[in-house]
Amino acid sequence: MTAVLTANGLGKRYGRRWALENCTLEIPAGQVVGLVGPNGAGKTTLMHLAVGLLTPTTGSIEVLGGRPAESPAQLGRVGFVAQETPVYESMSVADHLRFGDWLNPTWDQQVADRRIDQLGLDRSQKAGKLSGGQRAQLALTLAIAKRPELLILDEPVASLDPLARREFLQSLMEVVAEQQVSVVLSSHLVSDLERVCDYLVVLVASHVQLTGGIENLLAAHVRLTGPRSGLETLPPSLQIIEASHTDRQSTLIARVDEPILDPAWLVERINLEDLVLAYMRQIQPDASARPHLVEAHR
Amino acid sequence: MIRLTLVQFRLQAIIVAGILVLAAILFAISGQHLYHLYNTTVAACPAGSDCSAAKDAFLNNHVILRQLLGLLLLLAPALLGIFWGAPLVAREYESGTFRLAWTQSISRGRWLLTRVALLGLASVIVAAALSLLFTWWSGPFVRITADRFNPGNFDERGVVAIGYALFAFALGLTFGVVIRRTLPAMALTLASFLAVRLAFTFLLRPHLMAPHQASMPLQSGEGLGFSPSASGITFSLGTPNIDNAWAISSKVVDSAGHTASNSALHAFMVNACPAIVSAVGSGQSTQGVNHAPADPTVFHDCILKLAQNYHLVVSYQPASRYWTFQWTEMGIYAGLSLLLAGFCYWWVRRRIA
Amino acid sequence: MIEFHLDSRSGVSPYLQIVHQVRHALRLGLLREGDQLPTVKDVVSSLAINPNTVLKAYKELEHGGLVAARPGVGTFVTKGLTSAPLVALGPLRQDLQRWLAKARRAGLDDESIEALFIDCFRSDSEEDVA
Repeated sequence: MTAVLTANGLGKRYGRRWALENCTLEIPAGQVVGLVGPNGAGKTTLMHLAVGLLTPTTGSIEVLGGRPAESPAQLGRVGFVAQETPVYESMSVADHLRFGDWLNPTWDQQVADRRIDQLGLDRSQKAGKLSGGQRAQLALTLAIAKRPELLILDEPVASLDPLARREFLQSLMEVVAEQQVSVVLSSHLVSDLERVCDYLVVLVASHVQLTGGIENLLAAHVRLTGPRSGLETLPPSLQIIEASHTDRQSTLIARVDEPILDPAWLVERINLEDLVLAYMRQIQPDASARPHLVEAHR
Repeated sequence: MIRLTLVQFRLQAIIVAGILVLAAILFAISGQHLYHLYNTTVAACPAGSDCSAAKDAFLNNHVILRQLLGLLLLLAPALLGIFWGAPLVAREYESGTFRLAWTQSISRGRWLLTRVALLGLASVIVAAALSLLFTWWSGPFVRITADRFNPGNFDERGVVAIGYALFAFALGLTFGVVIRRTLPAMALTLASFLAVRLAFTFLLRPHLMAPHQASMPLQSGEGLGFSPSASGITFSLGTPNIDNAWAISSKVVDSAGHTASNSALHAFMVNACPAIVSAVGSGQSTQGVNHAPADPTVFHDCILKLAQNYHLVVSYQPASRYWTFQWTEMGIYAGLSLLLAGFCYWWVRRRIA
Repeated sequence: MIEFHLDSRSGVSPYLQIVHQVRHALRLGLLREGDQLPTVKDVVSSLAINPNTVLKAYKELEHGGLVAARPGVGTFVTKGLTSAPLVALGPLRQDLQRWLAKARRAGLDDESIEALFIDCFRSDSEEDVA
């Protein structure tokens, strides 16, 4: 299994603040990876490091086996759509396609044309006059028509209405089906990620809290409801992610390696949103006190 | 990348080209008229006779236009710097499009160099065209006034405008790259461009080559007159004009070549021109050879007496150095531009934020 | 050709939903032997789900002998699913009612009965698939 992105102790500091700290990741190829976390968690920083807009303060990052943006060829293998999908407002759609064509040797004009026609965009229209959804689709077209091996999308649907959001994701999934491209996509909307992603990275307060294949993660985590006194009977290998107690009852979200046989505990499957929220609430100010990284392999 | 830069700036290029063509036409029409007038009045005036009437009449032509055009030539480089240099990279930062541009299959260095080279070249062309047109158009005036080397006139003609344009562009680019906001970069570009130009013109240019000294009679000084001073009544005068050269400064020296101090002059005048001393002492300051209020004869007599014992030593750059100065100054500004551009190239490639 | 839909709130994983919908269509006769299933690309562009999900569902159906993938062409139905004949339903219903009565006599409440049934059903299905 090759990795599209490998980070080792990656960190980025601005002045005194660490935007990303001690990030160690290995994102497998051929997946749609969801990068989720609250605002300011470091998602954008990680992505900018991955496309070479930033250089690390500490640690290293490798994308598709090379240093990000180390050469024009490397830049051509990664397609990027930044937050707010920047476009040149006074340039037309057609000009943007020329932009992509002239700056990328691997540009496939047929792919670009097909998408623009399918989207029904007016080629002579200035990009500044496009709707939010259309801009996002144009930016996606620019990113994929150069036939990258990896697509990195920073909150591409954050400011879109539900219809535009759905259309964008449909478009994106079509691309994944056609082009065999790996995708890393960030969002703070977990519901979108659940349909679209197979792999998850949770980033909270500049640290990686959780990574793994979504199905495996969901299989490995349960919600336990039971008596407070029953806490002692739980297997020691069980890792409590989140716990809440009343005087008599405890509700836990935990990672389990073995089945819970004690009938005192009600064992339920957990959905992705609740799982992510549990990890997001688990803020570790002291890195050494953090439980070891949960890694689930296919 | 070249094609792309042309596409991205095509509107601006069309506008500027249009303005240039318009300017060329206006210059041509007006200039034809001027040259015709010159040839039929001033040039036709036979050599040896007093042509001052014809000359004055000519100089009264197009005074406002001349001043406006001169102003345009002075402003044009600054405008290029503000409108082409400052937004070049700052706009990309402000609108976030640098995140689009710098993730395409092109290195940042090449992206920047291509844009800078193309727009720099365009700036050179605009500056050169305007400068050429104005130099030709104002030719007759300068032939009469013979002051093309003076600060102000020097800056508006010849090749220096090319250096100024490059420098303003590079300055704008640098501020835009470092500050990343277009409007503040524009403001800073204007302010620092003016500061550097003023400093260079008045502090550096006089010393680009060691000036020559020439002895000239006292009467060649501009605006001779008598006035009170701390050491008593003295006389003052401005630096004389030397045709087509740049007279930088002058001082009054005695026959032995020593600079005459105010007290020495006062002592001399008390001796030689007592009437003047008392006239000025009673509060009537007499300025200028032609404006002696009380008694022109006494005034002239005093000057004559002074001239027998004192003369002017003028520090100047000879007319033959005009083009050396033009090319040198252009070269210095162009060199500064290259340094700034090199700095920007290095700065942009650092991936800090 | 059939169309899929996805219920993101149902708690059932997406690929299973697709499997169920195919089986349901087969049972109703909406899909017959030789029919082509929607291409991965079509499913994905209408539902906005991960292509791997669809592939996994189709693979499971293939494993169950219901469909076969023809590389470069598509996925086609190989076997229909017939409903159980109506006659079998009567005795089954009676057995179930008897079991329910027994469970109530043993003191189980509604949730316990449901939990017991689902638990058995699931482990039974898993044994089938494995």
